[in-house]
Amino acid sequence: MNKSFIGYGLLFAALLAAPFVGAYPVFMMKLMCFALFAAAFNLLLGYTGLLSFGHAAFLGGSAYMAGHAMKVWGVTPEIGLVLGTATGALLGWVFGVLAIRRQGIYFAMITLALAQMVFFIALQAPFTGGEDGLQAVPRGKLFGVLDLKDDLTMYYVALVIVAAAFLLIVRTIHSPFGQVLKGIKENEPRAVSLGYDVGRFKLLAFVISAALSGLAGSLKTLVLGFATLTDVHWSSSGSVILMTLLGGLGTLSGPLVGAAVVVALENKIGELGHLLASITRVEWFNTLGESVTIVTGLIFVVCVLAFRRGIMGEAIALLGRGGKRAQAGGGH
Amino acid sequence: MSVSLPALLSQLLLGLVNGSFYAMLSLGLAVIFGLLNVINFAHGALFMMGAVLTWMAMNYLGVNYWVMLLAAPVVVGAFGILIERLLLRWIYKLDHLYGLLLTLGLTLLIEGIFRSAYGVSGLAYDTPDALSGAFNLGFMILPKYRAWVVVASLVVCFVTWFLIEKTRIGAYLRAGTENPRLVEAFGVNVPLMITLTYGFGVALAAFAGVLAAPVIQVSPLMGQNLIIVVFAVVVIGGMGSIMGAILTGLGLGVIEGLTKVFYPEASSTVVFVIMVIVLLIRPAGLFGKEK
Repeated sequence: MNKSFIGYGLLFAALLAAPFVGAYPVFMMKLMCFALFAAAFNLLLGYTGLLSFGHAAFLGGSAYMAGHAMKVWGVTPEIGLVLGTATGALLGWVFGVLAIRRQGIYFAMITLALAQMVFFIALQAPFTGGEDGLQAVPRGKLFGVLDLKDDLTMYYVALVIVAAAFLLIVRTIHSPFGQVLKGIKENEPRAVSLGYDVGRFKLLAFVISAALSGLAGSLKTLVLGFATLTDVHWSSSGSVILMTLLGGLGTLSGPLVGAAVVVALENKIGELGHLLASITRVEWFNTLGESVTIVTGLIFVVCVLAFRRGIMGEAIALLGRGGKRAQAGGGH
Repeated sequence: MSVSLPALLSQLLLGLVNGSFYAMLSLGLAVIFGLLNVINFAHGALFMMGAVLTWMAMNYLGVNYWVMLLAAPVVVGAFGILIERLLLRWIYKLDHLYGLLLTLGLTLLIEGIFRSAYGVSGLAYDTPDALSGAFNLGFMILPKYRAWVVVASLVVCFVTWFLIEKTRIGAYLRAGTENPRLVEAFGVNVPLMITLTYGFGVALAAFAGVLAAPVIQVSPLMGQNLIIVVFAVVVIGGMGSIMGAILTGLGLGVIEGLTKVFYPEASSTVVFVIMVIVLLIRPAGLFGKEK
């Protein structure tokens, strides 16, 4: 516990210092938004065992809501974030009530279908801007005083919000409520026979996860100034699954690492392709930037077949083994 | 609001055409899920492969439509067998979710490869000569190709139903769905049966792809929106019954077609709305069994 506490402290310090050592604030903020999104998703998949394939709807739906409120209604950023989060929670409640009626694989299919419905609504509704998306959302002044136009100010505000939301997730997981969720994941019939109302626990977990995804979506709109169809498209749901799986299901730090890797990959894959092309002299690698899905697909397949614990899961297992060996060595 | 009869009938027919694709795809999904416990997300990508392979063979090799109607399912089926042997077999003992994730990865991979070769725009595709043109029935114009799609898919669906429900092989298959270990104890080669079932389900998707090619735009992404609708179809019908999958698929296609006539704005969401209603009233699905 202490070790991980130090780890998060170091991470937070590194993020505080990041803009001064050359990290591009907007990219870092985008990264943090997706890290929060993945952490919120992991609360559901990693700790409750529910595979939602509809999280794009919460990310995108609230991104539109927050963007619309800030741009058209002219509300201040904090109200925009609250409205976005509430939209995520509301959508999550609707999805949850419907999807929890079925289990396992059906749960995933229902959430996917519902999210696709939200996608079509976003495509057709007048206020989302259709194919163009919602553009030029102003950042405004936080609480009417703190001007967020400056990237550095925005960066620290975003960092505080994401850190607070992450702490909330950690707290949730370590609370009695979180322990019940784990119990449901491990053995649902036993949780039922112990007298827990499993449906309510699942629904609440779903709503919390959706609300925090909504927060991530609205924060992303605030930072980048736009909300587009990409956020509501099912591929966003796919990519958050990949982040969580690659980072490590059911580990606290996994989604953060996974999100960092996936976002960095999506942004830098073109350069990686050019590099590979210059090394291997295979022309095709130059087009790698346009075929991100080949790479993400490959990572998916490898993760499922050979790397199910993910990066942090493997790291923790490795550390655990090392620790045990050290203990055993000390005994002799 | 007035709607002319020919317009109504032609949308109805288009609905039936889409319904046939839903039926064939959900049928394949149901058969695969029954035996493998894997929801094959790659079904849409393999449907696309059937269509694009046909396009490739017609354009590069000059092979005609009728040959591809048989060859594309065989090739894609063989590809499916390869997928099953090389990848899927490692995850049967794991949670169902990993099957979905693995096939999702395959989908991204397959679509990505075709996309890097052909881009996302549609590929031009000719209707075979024998099926171009239309019958004039007096009260409506019936395009020959659409009629052919409906008839061909219905025949394939009912042959599949007959195979599974009325033959000895089908009996093994159904028994394997109930209790694979017991069937294996009786000396049936269950792993082989699983492999062939996956190949067959996938071949059905490819067959639907070949049929769909002249009707809907052939492009590397043609499968991904369709597969999500088919998931909704599967949730509505429930995967327990073969006939249920066929009827639900056709029915929803028709409803979608009618929505296009009366309230076009809702035509892309109507299947999902029906799914919501079914979930509220009959959570196990129309043909599903409550557990």
